[in-house]
This record gives sequence, structure tokens and C-alpha cells, in this order.
Amino acid sequence: MRIKWVECAALSVMAALSVMTGGGSWFLALALGVTLLKCLLIPTYHSTDFEVHRNWLAITHSLPISQWYYEATSEWTLDYPPFFAWFEYALSHVAKYFDQEMLNVHNLNYSSSRTLLFQRFSVIFTDALFVYAVHECCKCVDGKKACKELTEKPKFILSVLLLWNFGLLIVDHIHFQYNGFLFGLMLLSIARLFQKRHMEGAFLFAVLLHFKHIYLYVAPAYGIYLLRSYCFTANKPDGSIRWNSFSFVRLISLGLTVFLVSALSLGPFLALNQLPQVFSRLFPFKRGLCHAYWAPNFWAVYNALDKVLSVIGLNDKWFGSAVPTHSPSLGDSLGHPHLHPDCHIGPRGFLRCLILCALSSFMFGWHVHEKAILLAILPMSLLSVGKAGDASIFLILSTTGHYSLFPLLFTAPELPIKILLMLLFTIYSISSLKTLFRKEKPLFNWMETFYLLGLGPLEVFCEFVFPFTSWKLKYPFIPLLLTSVYCAVGITYAWFKLYVSVFTDPPVGKTKKQ
Amino acid sequence: MEKWYLMTAVVLLGLTVRWTVSLNSYSGAGKPPMFGDYEAQRHWQEITFNLPIKQWYFNSSDNNLQYWGLDYPPLTAYHSLLCAYVAQFINPDWIALHSSRGYESQAHKLFMRATVLIADLLIYIPAVVLHCCCLKEISTKKKIANALCILLYPGLILIDYGHFQYNSVSLGLALWGVLGVSCDWDLLGSLAFCLAVNYKQMELYHSLPFFCFLLGKCFKKGLKGKGFVLFVKLAGTVVASFTLCWLPFFTERAQALQVLRRLFPVDRGLFEDKVANIWCSVSVFLKIKDILPHHVQIIVSFCLTLLSLLPACVKLTLQPSPKGFRFTLVSCALSFFLFSFQVHEKSILLVSLPVCLVLSEIPFMSTWFLLVSTFSMLPLLLKDDLLMPSVVTTMAFFIACATSFSIFEKTSEEELRLKSFSVSVRKHLPRFTFLPRIIQHLFIISVITMVLLTLMTVTLDPPQKLPDLFSVLISTELTSANPPLLLRKTGPELTSVPIFLYFICGTPTTAWCAKRCHVRTQDSNWQTPGRQSRTYT
Repeated sequence: MRIKWVECAALSVMAALSVMTGGGSWFLALALGVTLLKCLLIPTYHSTDFEVHRNWLAITHSLPISQWYYEATSEWTLDYPPFFAWFEYALSHVAKYFDQEMLNVHNLNYSSSRTLLFQRFSVIFTDALFVYAVHECCKCVDGKKACKELTEKPKFILSVLLLWNFGLLIVDHIHFQYNGFLFGLMLLSIARLFQKRHMEGAFLFAVLLHFKHIYLYVAPAYGIYLLRSYCFTANKPDGSIRWNSFSFVRLISLGLTVFLVSALSLGPFLALNQLPQVFSRLFPFKRGLCHAYWAPNFWAVYNALDKVLSVIGLNDKWFGSAVPTHSPSLGDSLGHPHLHPDCHIGPRGFLRCLILCALSSFMFGWHVHEKAILLAILPMSLLSVGKAGDASIFLILSTTGHYSLFPLLFTAPELPIKILLMLLFTIYSISSLKTLFRKEKPLFNWMETFYLLGLGPLEVFCEFVFPFTSWKLKYPFIPLLLTSVYCAVGITYAWFKLYVSVFTDPPVGKTKKQ
Repeated sequence: MEKWYLMTAVVLLGLTVRWTVSLNSYSGAGKPPMFGDYEAQRHWQEITFNLPIKQWYFNSSDNNLQYWGLDYPPLTAYHSLLCAYVAQFINPDWIALHSSRGYESQAHKLFMRATVLIADLLIYIPAVVLHCCCLKEISTKKKIANALCILLYPGLILIDYGHFQYNSVSLGLALWGVLGVSCDWDLLGSLAFCLAVNYKQMELYHSLPFFCFLLGKCFKKGLKGKGFVLFVKLAGTVVASFTLCWLPFFTERAQALQVLRRLFPVDRGLFEDKVANIWCSVSVFLKIKDILPHHVQIIVSFCLTLLSLLPACVKLTLQPSPKGFRFTLVSCALSFFLFSFQVHEKSILLVSLPVCLVLSEIPFMSTWFLLVSTFSMLPLLLKDDLLMPSVVTTMAFFIACATSFSIFEKTSEEELRLKSFSVSVRKHLPRFTFLPRIIQHLFIISVITMVLLTLMTVTLDPPQKLPDLFSVLISTELTSANPPLLLRKTGPELTSVPIFLYFICGTPTTAWCAKRCHVRTQDSNWQTPGRQSRTYT
């Protein structure tokens, strides 16, 4: 084990040396810096997701494909699409050199120090894709402002916002998940769309969908944008659609790409006649509307109101009876009517639409996990460095969204880390965006400022005051409830503001396009 | 400052790194019966809380001095007492007399780590931020970069948050002293420094430059008028602060003497373990410990130390300036570290602090020194199971320095402060123009050697005959820099560099060279080796 990671260290030294020879490349320094921070986070607490992924390593390594989606020794069954399973399969072939024991399906909750090192480093290494994607995204940001100061360049700010994203750091490198490279795929496909490499973008997104199906949330935005901007090859002078420019060749090539990727992913299971089983694993609708900890969305507010009303005794029949009859279709149908024809205003319009899709799904989706907010925050970073209005939405969304991730880390040693990192990211993002848009009107009005400042006392109450009060035993859920509801307000507000901005703002893309 | 948010971010980053390092193991974790420095600090809390002040430094049935007896000055004891009160409030078991010996738990570790973080946050970090804000002649951005590098210096982080000590308190107080004295708040400065000495006696390494600088200031003002007043005031401050700290021990003569005996245990050996100083390096070839009798060792080391620090101190007294003060701090602390008696490897931190202060002036050499100094503590860190955080933080520090100072572009003779030296050499050797290139190559070789030695220490088991081979190699790697003779003798594995020599001898040599070359210096203040270069540009 020692030899292994000493090799890693040697590699990093090489990388560090290349930084110097590169003559102070700030991007590499930022990327390496955050990578080293991730290495420092190795001994921190990890959640059950650690065991989940270890179990998947074991399943894919030791069982034939036909049993991947049937195996149920552990309660953490494989419930990601096939590409992710293949990813675990590939990892397991490195894992065996670290510790053979972690690849045993019956070794439940196995966690040796080598296993820990391997799993943590696998996340850190696969993040290389994310770093590359951020690099590509930075190219798409137009640096029309010629600032001399490096720290005031939109590119610099964007790369810090993405690379040092608080949510990604704690979810991936403390809580333990592989979101880094998945978001890397997503950002890369967005960057490709910005660069007018549509086929590549579509391909990457199709691959991403077969890695983790949560990205279905934003699939509508891709569908419409590709249809509108790629399949229709020309516009009328006023920017509206020119119907006769429709290219069937492009549509078919797009369709073929997506089909081939899906065939590669699902084909083997179709051949084994296991598709229904795979889908039942991927979409477990038997779970409840809300996750154990309420994600800060519409349902959280709804549930809270319901609870308050039932406590007061006002719980009317229609109100109470509505709760158990929620169905996935209700949740999803509420989540999906927000497709709108915004996607025609160039890649920025697409990005806006994508964020709106992600956010709407987060707001109204079925069994939403609080981590899903990253799906909106990360792409929103791209928009934030472009326009003051977007920056303000981003700041509200990211601050509340990140704060809502706090309950993920509930152990004492991680308390300072999450507070320090959150402060680091929040102070940096707010101040740098304020500096960037200092010539325009202030980013926040008094109400927003007040709301954001309120997060401080909320944190103090939840983590420092409440545990010492007598309510702790009687109402242990109160901090979670408060966090969830408070953040839900902010996220709903950001969602609303984004929605409004889509319809009221002058289409930026239109002027840029011509 | 318009970039305050970047400074905040830097401080937050420094704190985050500190706390993440503190999640790792500490010295003596789960190693009865003696444990390590962590247990020592806990034990001091137990002693100071449960025993009356008169028994703190005395051996008794309740206070076995063989088991981590208190051997730091009173201020440390008071700090332990303060921590003990908090511990008592949280969990009295942590400091129960006798029964708490070797107490270890997750919650207790958290508490101990938190005490270090709080002390650091209150004393060291504000001093660093203030120091960087007070730097003159550089842009705001550079100030922030400087703060980042100082706060990320891995040696201090690893010893305080990994190994477990409270160096940030004594170093922070010393830094406050440097700041005060440099900004002409002499009384506050000397008060802060007295507190530092009273927190950890090792701070005496820094005392000579302080003394010389302040004395020089008095001379400058005229010994008969204002200078004398200042001198009396300073003497008063020092005496008062010492008296205040030692008040409880002045009741009996035996008390004070016992404390002193605890603070300076001369009967220990010339050096312990593997220290990267001259004695340890020489003893690779010559067993000094066996050849020379004990008292001769003391005398030899004393004379050598005195000889090596005399030139710099005399110069500082005659020409006091804040800049010269910082450089003399480096060279004096280094003299002590290299030549004095009974040095601990952690003492390198006392040299690193002043080197951090000159980081913005000679970035290349300082970065090099700070890297080597961290590396010199590797055996200690390995013993504490801290390899991972050491490698990571060292690389982070290196990247921070490399990007914020672009150190590789700063290796010209001027920026190395070696201009006048090379000018004088060129008088005899006209083709002596390759110095910067040589130094660059040496740097790369030194970094590679450090990486290789680290890899070897970790992966290979040392030969049975020479179990300490690697640690000795490490310490020689560090010191071989100093005596050129040794460099020649010890062959290729000592690929080290004249970096220590540079710091120690740079000052007087250049002064001498400057005189010989008749280099005119524009400002009459202290000239650091090569400050003269300004006249050429």
C-alpha cells in the first residue's frame, strides 16, 4: 500500500514541477491546490455511500454480468445504470492490488485502511476529468473585459467557483460519491455545445445518462436545444425558426449516436432479458416522496406547513388526505411542465433552460436527494460570471443550496471543516462577483442580504445551541426541519427569480449571434 | 485594503489545512507507557490543575518528573492550567490526578486539537496577517500571496497539529515582538518577546538579535539623552514582565532554581535522536560524543555558537534597521540550531519563522530553506504516522510559493542578494558568471534528493547494521550544506546546498566584500547581502 501511494506522491511531484516550468500557470495551481486539499480530506468521516461503492466493486468484480442487477446480499444493491457498473468493474481491477478482501461480496462493511486509500484516491483521480472539463468551460467564457488583475478575470473566478465548489468537495471527498467526473462529463458536454461541437456534446451527455440517470432531469433541455440549434440549420433574420431548414441527416445522426450509446449500455441486459429488472433497480418508486432528510424543495415547505397545521388542529381533510396520495407521476408531472421554448437563444439560453430543468425537478421531483442541488449550482456558476442578475441568483442559490448540505456531515471533527470551507467558498464567491460587477447595481437587495445573513444564526442555533437544550431528546428533528425549510425558501426564491429572468430579460444570445 | 476578501480566504484556507491535518494521528498515540508530546501536554494540565503551584516543578509522589515533568517556563504552565479549567468543565476525567494518565479518546483529541487551533487563531495568525499588511514596497496581491505562503508553511502545521505542540503560541508571540520592535513600538515589542521567552525557553535563540537591535536603537538616539531613557524603559519592561511571570516562584530561592534546572537540563547529551545540525553530521564520521568529555563538548559548542553569531550581531548593533534585524534573526537562530548544545529537530521551527519573514525579499532561497527544514523533520513525522499529511502539505506549500513568487525566475545574482559577492569573486575569476545557474541546478538536485530519500525511507527497510542510516542521511542532507569540507568528504549522496551557509555567512561576507570592492551603498541602513545590488540597477 505504501508503495502505491508513494507512487502517487511522486506523480504529483512531477506535476508540481511542471507547474513551475509552465511559468506560473494559475489554472494548474488552482487544480493542484484543490487536489491536495482533497488528499488532506482522506481521513475524514465517510457515509454509507462508501460501503455502497465498495459493495458495487465487489459485485462487478466477482459476479457475472447476469447477476449484477439481481445480487442482493447487501442492502446496497446496484442501482446505477450499466456504464457506472462497468466503471466500478474497471476500478475493481486496480483495487485488487490494494486489498483483495474489499472485492468479496460477503465482506459487508469491510473497511481496511488500504480500502479507504484506494476508494478515496479513485475519486481524486477520476476528478481529473472534472478539471479538464472546467478548463474547457473557462475557454467558453468570453473575456470581453480586459482586466489586468488576474484575480478579477471572469475565467479565474469561474475556475475557482467550479474547482473549489464547496458542495462537490464535501459530497465527494468527505461524504463519498463519484460526482466529480460525472459533473465533468456534463460540463464537458456543455462546453462542447458552446463550441458548436453538437454531436460530441450529445454523445457525452448520452454517455453521462448511462452513468447516472439523475441527469435525466436536464435531458429535456438537451433534447430541445439540439433539435432547435442543430437540426434546424438556419434562422430567420429576427432569430425565429426557419422551418424549411430542417435537416433530417442531422436528426438521424443524433438519434443514431444516442441509440448506439444506449445499445452499448443496455444491450447486454436486453440480450439477457433483464431490462425490467434493471429498470426496477434504477427507478425505485416504492421509496417515499421525500428522502429521510427533506431536501429543501417545495415538498419540504408543503410538509412543514402540513405538520404545523396538524399540530394546530387546522388539518383539514383535503389537506391531510392529499399527502398519502402523492404519486411519482404527480411529482414528475409537476416537475416537467416547465419546458419552454427558451432554448433557441444560443448556448447561454440552453444553459439557462438546463438549470431551470434541474431546479424544477429538484423543486417538485419524487424522492429528491438534497445533493441534487449541485445539478443546478454547477452549471449556474457558468452563467454567474456573465451577468450581474445571474450572479445574484447564483449566489442565493449556491449559498442556500450549500448550506442545505450541512446535515450530510454531522460528526464533530468535520464540523470545523464544513464551516471553514463553506465560509471560504461563500466569502470568495460573493466578494469576487461583487468586484466583477462593481459598476452595476448591488447584487442583493436588503431582503436578500437579510435572508443570507440569517443562515449564520440558524447554524449557531442548530449546531451550537440546540444540542444543549432540553428539546434535543424530545424533538431531535427540529434542526433538520429548520434547515430544510429555511433553505427551501431561498431555493424557491432563486428558482422563481431565474424563471422570471428567462421571460423578462432581453435575449442576450440574439444580439450576440448576429 | 480593497482585497480584504482574498486575505480572508487565505486565512480560512490556512485554518482548513490546519484542521484537516489535525484529524491525523498525534505523537505517541496508543503507545504506552510513555506515549508522546500529546500526553505530555495533557499531563501538564493534570499537574497544574491538581497540584499547588509550589509543587509544579518538584518531584513528588503526585508529580513524577520522570513522566513528562514540566520543563517549560511558567507561561506554558499557566496556559496548561487555563486549558485544564476548560477540560474540567467538559469532562473531569481528562485531567483527574493519576487516573487520567495516558487518557485517549476521540472527544479528548478533538478538545486538544481545538485548544491548539484557538491559540493559533488568537496569536500566530493575526501576527502573520499584520506582518504581511505592514510589508512595504510590494503590491497588495503580493502581500496576500506572502500571507498564503507563510500560513501554509508545513513544518509548523505538522508539528503543532500533527505531532502536537503549541509552537504557534511562542512563535506567534515572538512574531508580535518582531512586529512591535520593527514598527517602533519598542516597549510593546519587548513585552511580547519576553512573553514568548517565558512561554518556551527555546525562544532565547531569538534573544540576541532583539537585544542587539534595541541596543543599537538606543545607541542611535544617543546614550546620554533619549537613548538612555529608552534603555531604562526597555530594561524596566523586561524586568517587570519577567517578574510578573515568575512571581509565584520568587517566594523561595529553591523554587526559582528548580524551575531553572528544569528548563535547562545540561546533563542531557550533545544531541538527541537525529538532528540536522553540525554535531549529528560530523558524528557520522567522528564519534564526538565518545571522544570529547562532556564539559568540553559544552565549551566547544558554546564557543562555536558564539563565534558564528558574533559578526551579524555586532553589525546589527552598529547599524540597526528592521530589515537587518530580520536577517540577523535568521542567522542567529541558525547558529544556535547548528552549533549549540542539545538541539532538538523541532528547533528548526525557530529558524523557519524568521525565514518566513524574509520570504518576500529572497523568495527563492527562503522557499528552498523552508522545504528543506520541513524535510529535516521527516524522521519525527514518520514516527508519528504523519507521512501523508507531510507530503501533501509540503507540495501545497511548494506550489503556493512557486506560483505566487514564480521563484524560478528570481535566481539572478541580485535577487539572491549575492551581487557584491560575485563582483568581488569576479575580480579574481573574471568568468564567474554561472552562479545563478548553479544554484538553480542545485535546487532541483536537492528537491529530487529529498523526494528520493523520502521514497527510500518509506519503501525500503534500512540495512540491519545501520538502522538509522536514512535518518542520518536526512540530517546530513540538511547540514552538509554548511561546511564545504564535509560536502567534499561525504560524496554524492550529500547533494545539498550552501543554503545555510548562505544565510549564516552571507551577511558578514558581503559586508566584507562590499568594503573591499568599494561598493557604494545608497542608503546607510543595514545592507543585506546584495542589497547593494540596487546601486547597479
